[in-house]
Amino acid sequence: MLSYVLRRLLYAFPILIGVNLLTFALFFVVNTPDDMARLQLGAKHVTAEAIERWKAEHGYDKPLLLNETETGVQTLTNTIFFQHSAAMFAFRFGKGDDGRDIGNEIRTRMGPSLAIALPVFVIGLLVNITFALLMVFFRSTYLDLGGVVLCVMLMSISGLFYIIAGQYFVAKLWNLLPISGFADGADALPFVLLPVLVSVVAGIGSGARWYRTIFLEEIGKDYVRTARAKGLSEVRVLFRHVLKNGMIPILTGAVVVLPLLFMGSLITESFFGIPGLGSYTIDAIQAQDFAVVRAMVFLGSFLYIVGLILTDISYSWVDPRVRLR
Amino acid sequence: MSVQAVVLWTDALIFLLLAAGAGLVWTIRRKEHLRAPWAAVAQRPMAMAAALVLAVFVAIGLLDSLHYRERLPDSPADAPQYAVEVLSVFDALMGDLRTQKEKTYSAPLAMQLYAKEFVEHDGVTVRDYPRLVHGGAHLADAAARQPDIARRVAVGLAQGLAASLVAFAVLAVWRARRAGVAASAWLADWRAGRLGWPARTLAGMATLLAVLGAVLVQLADAYHVFGTDKVGQDVLYIGLKSIRTGLVIGTLTTLVTLPLAIGLGIAAGYFRGWVDDVIQYVYTVLNSIPGVLLIAAAVLIVQVYIESNPERFDTAAARADIRLLALCVIMGVTSWTGLARLLRGETLKLRTLDYVEAARAFGVTHTRILGRHIFPNVFHLVLIAIVLDFSGLVLAEAVLSYVGVGVDPTMYSWGNMINGARLELAREPVVWWQLGAAFAFMFTLVLAANLFADGVRDAFDPRMERRR
Repeated sequence: MLSYVLRRLLYAFPILIGVNLLTFALFFVVNTPDDMARLQLGAKHVTAEAIERWKAEHGYDKPLLLNETETGVQTLTNTIFFQHSAAMFAFRFGKGDDGRDIGNEIRTRMGPSLAIALPVFVIGLLVNITFALLMVFFRSTYLDLGGVVLCVMLMSISGLFYIIAGQYFVAKLWNLLPISGFADGADALPFVLLPVLVSVVAGIGSGARWYRTIFLEEIGKDYVRTARAKGLSEVRVLFRHVLKNGMIPILTGAVVVLPLLFMGSLITESFFGIPGLGSYTIDAIQAQDFAVVRAMVFLGSFLYIVGLILTDISYSWVDPRVRLR
Repeated sequence: MSVQAVVLWTDALIFLLLAAGAGLVWTIRRKEHLRAPWAAVAQRPMAMAAALVLAVFVAIGLLDSLHYRERLPDSPADAPQYAVEVLSVFDALMGDLRTQKEKTYSAPLAMQLYAKEFVEHDGVTVRDYPRLVHGGAHLADAAARQPDIARRVAVGLAQGLAASLVAFAVLAVWRARRAGVAASAWLADWRAGRLGWPARTLAGMATLLAVLGAVLVQLADAYHVFGTDKVGQDVLYIGLKSIRTGLVIGTLTTLVTLPLAIGLGIAAGYFRGWVDDVIQYVYTVLNSIPGVLLIAAAVLIVQVYIESNPERFDTAAARADIRLLALCVIMGVTSWTGLARLLRGETLKLRTLDYVEAARAFGVTHTRILGRHIFPNVFHLVLIAIVLDFSGLVLAEAVLSYVGVGVDPTMYSWGNMINGARLELAREPVVWWQLGAAFAFMFTLVLAANLFADGVRDAFDPRMERRR
């Protein structure tokens, strides 16, 4: 098991290098450091010295991929690509355009992101499974049909609508919760409730429908027939057997996103003014802060790969037939 | 008045797609085994009703894709000059809806402006809501508004019903003659649902659409049905114009996705070995980058490119169009991985089957095996993916436009509508109509697409057969 995880982590290296190459190509080859400097410095007639100074400050004053003035290994290492990627792999993200340390920002913003994302994940999972099980229990009745139609309608509504409607009705019209913002410690609760509620409701449509198909697939299997044949009640069949076996695909599907919860949700956070990583990313995109966007891309890919490894481990955990070697 | 036809990039691709679709329909019609699942789709009332709604959207989108520039009236005949504004056939059909602008916000069906201004009443200047320039301008006073609206709705209802009745009568006579029965016998079959296709649902849906359209036309003639936006533009017009943007994103993205997903997915599964390794590596890399971030990064770059090369685009429409196309390409390049993975798995299974082995033993070339034996057998997966992805892409446009990496801000799109109207909810009284219209349009299109996609998936996926 340990050797498997280690090998998978080693496999992650080429993938992360690929991610870095891709973002590097996106940011630097199409868009040279000179262009970026001009964009950041703003004015149309910036001097060549100002551009050079900006490049030196941000570590962009080297050749892109190959440094032909150096010899040996240095031709590869003394370049923008190597310097920036190597720093990334050591989780040193450098500074954003506003001069703040990105690593520091990530650490302080992780908390608020998790405060929203974790409850959404857990409550959403519970609500969706409950809803899906209810539909399966009443399968091929009008209740089930109504549930499916409701799900399709819920998932046809834009996610932005849930947020805007939630803010308008719950916060503005009925004054139940604050519209947006955040506070530290226990004071955060009223600020967290509305985003969590909205996100959970927005996820019911697709989530419950998907889990329903998983349970329906399980319910057609032989062991269910056997369970019924030995006289178990439908409720018992559903909760003891179908739910347990259906949890395998559900859990393994959910584990992938577990590490990504750190990243928070881009849209929810920026609408509700949560100072998490999601709103950090959105702000960076809107301010065209390439250093921050690149750091977030790297972090996101890294967490995704961790999620894939966790998925494999969870497979072997819930299904003893799967062995990792 | 002479015009100059303008073919934007997305226009060309849309009509290419249309031609490809027509070719596909022609192929399917000729082959019995390909026709069978589509016949099953045609049996489903819900899917067919959704298809009808989709058809209306597509028709508007296509009309809106025939672009032209009007000739300036005072330009000489031998050296004509054309207006910078790019119009479409749809604009021409809409008539005054495009040009009838107010000063600023006005509520749906209102005859007064949203904001107070200094107006002259019998020689005295007071602060009041001024009358709209176009909305309800034919009315003498506010008391006449409600009866007028009621009258227009009634006329629209009557017109819509009459039109659908006539259309239905023509259809009945035509179908009855083709079937060689009396029209009354056909009607009896129709009422009992024995025609072999969901004729009752379709007739009902068509009537509903006709009535809705007629009422809208009646009301839009004298009012702003969904009100006006901040600069006084009619919201109904903006909403209708946004249909094209939504459709382009939903379809052209798939056009980019397909060659990548099909080519790479099948190649990885069929050739295995190092080809498989390389392709798997590429899609793991792409997959591991959070989608929104990759799209954001790429869009930022396109934006910088457009800003630094303004001379390449002669009109604002061309610039916005290139950005739309770029968005489609970017979304396509980032979203082919799911389908490719699916096709790879399926091809891995198929390549070990007897008939593929036999073909290889006979020395059939790889290209021929891939084209004749593998591709036709994974095609249903491709089709299901196309219809399932469409609604997700339409919804994604709104979110991306909100983030600021969506379509050009000058382009008509539901995302831009939502983005522009979001902060206006804080006003008193609330400006809700812009948001409402955008969400209503989006909901209709996406719901129709989802219902249709369900029908297609159930018909094509053999595993789904017993699910209902």
